[in-house]
Amino acid sequence: MSNIPAELRYVDSHEWLRVEADGSVTVGITDHAQEALGDVVFVELPEVGAELNAGQEAGVVESVKAASDIYAPIAGTVLAVNEALVDAPEGVNSEPYEAWFFRIQPSNAADLDGLLDADAYRALCENA
Amino acid sequence: MGLRTPLYEQHVALGAKIVDFGGWDMPLHFGSQVEEHHQVRKDCAVFDVSHMTVVDVTGPQAKAYLQRLLANDVARLTTSGKALYSGMLNEQGGVIDDLIVYLTDFGYRVVVNAATRDKDLAWMQQQLAGFDAQLSERAELAMLAIQGPHARAKTAALVSPARAELISALKPFQGLPDGEWFIARTGYTGEDGLEIMLPAADAQRLLTDLAGAGIPPAGLGARDTLRLEAGMNLYGQDMTEQVSPLAANMGWTIAWEPAERDFIGRAALTAQQAAGDQPKLVGLVLEERGVLRAHQVVRVAGLGEGEITSGSFSPTLGLSVALARVPAATGERAEVEIRGKWLPVRVVTANFVRHGKALI
Repeated sequence: MSNIPAELRYVDSHEWLRVEADGSVTVGITDHAQEALGDVVFVELPEVGAELNAGQEAGVVESVKAASDIYAPIAGTVLAVNEALVDAPEGVNSEPYEAWFFRIQPSNAADLDGLLDADAYRALCENA
Repeated sequence: MGLRTPLYEQHVALGAKIVDFGGWDMPLHFGSQVEEHHQVRKDCAVFDVSHMTVVDVTGPQAKAYLQRLLANDVARLTTSGKALYSGMLNEQGGVIDDLIVYLTDFGYRVVVNAATRDKDLAWMQQQLAGFDAQLSERAELAMLAIQGPHARAKTAALVSPARAELISALKPFQGLPDGEWFIARTGYTGEDGLEIMLPAADAQRLLTDLAGAGIPPAGLGARDTLRLEAGMNLYGQDMTEQVSPLAANMGWTIAWEPAERDFIGRAALTAQQAAGDQPKLVGLVLEERGVLRAHQVVRVAGLGEGEITSGSFSPTLGLSVALARVPAATGERAEVEIRGKWLPVRVVTANFVRHGKALI
């Protein structure tokens, strides 16, 4: 059974989001996603400063098995990326909720209201 | 639900992620296929390969039959237990399957792939006409592959003194019986190790004993990256019925001499060789970040295109490698299209890692 922390928000493309105190949002991929991917061997991160639309490609995660796009869960500007992940991509498997990909400043804070909570995301995983 | 080996319940209890492989429910990994890969390169692990098909060939003309059936020549097997790798070809020279054949006291033992079982058996049966020889499938046998530099020593410590002695005496590519067990020093990982064919109940016990002695199970995921690093072909990807062994890096498995041995496919291969029109199977190394995958297009400047037949991340090398079929004149460089971008790759002999050592 995959781990779905109650304090995070989710989207149906299997990214998690953490709303920080300053209003920015940290994004990674869920435990469910990393388990489906298998051993992660490479990640490609977005450029800092990039302006992304919701659902736009923001990076790539490649496992031994397959390549998979990472999407921007909400529209905004990329504030920071987790460079440490490039050298230690296996962190995505071992600590999916520590291994963040990027931090984004939402264009519109109201977009956060449309995200899934842990219960809704769990239901989505179970019905998949 | 697919077919299951006698070890299926144990795999599930050990935490296997199960996938379909040629109609069989087999373990893909037991947590991390990359860790299982390293475990084999550095120590040893055990694979359930009971899904593979074991066929015994007996009768006065077993040898003559196999000399007709196989591109490699079983006459090369002169001491009991010696093994030979060969392609089984159709008349057009395409590869029906690749297999291992052992010389035994009763005749020969052939091990073919699981996914190709039905067509292999039908073909082998069909070619039997006119030969005084018999085929008997040994579906009751399970098979464990214990692979890695410590595989023989660690396995020997868990079996009877007679079997331990046999394990230490076996030469590479040799397999011999002990009671109901057939113990071979073979494998498909590029490491030393054993393949043991044995009754199902014995296999269940041996798997338990191996786990108890700290020899973990490994799944098909690790098996695939290990064989890829060792430059070994996977049937259905790197070779098929549409592909000549000359285009699959299997030229070494064709026994051209004696010239009068009329194996199936010989005329087609002779014509291909005279025409010199076959592409070649090479290794590719991606020096940038990314992963080479089967069916990506390879571009060779001035020569045309080729295709990746197997590609993955190489855990031992820490970068991506592939097998690719490319124009025969391909030199040291090529490009591969990955997600819309052309990335440069190095072209090498299809053999990346052997006995734990990088070869590139």
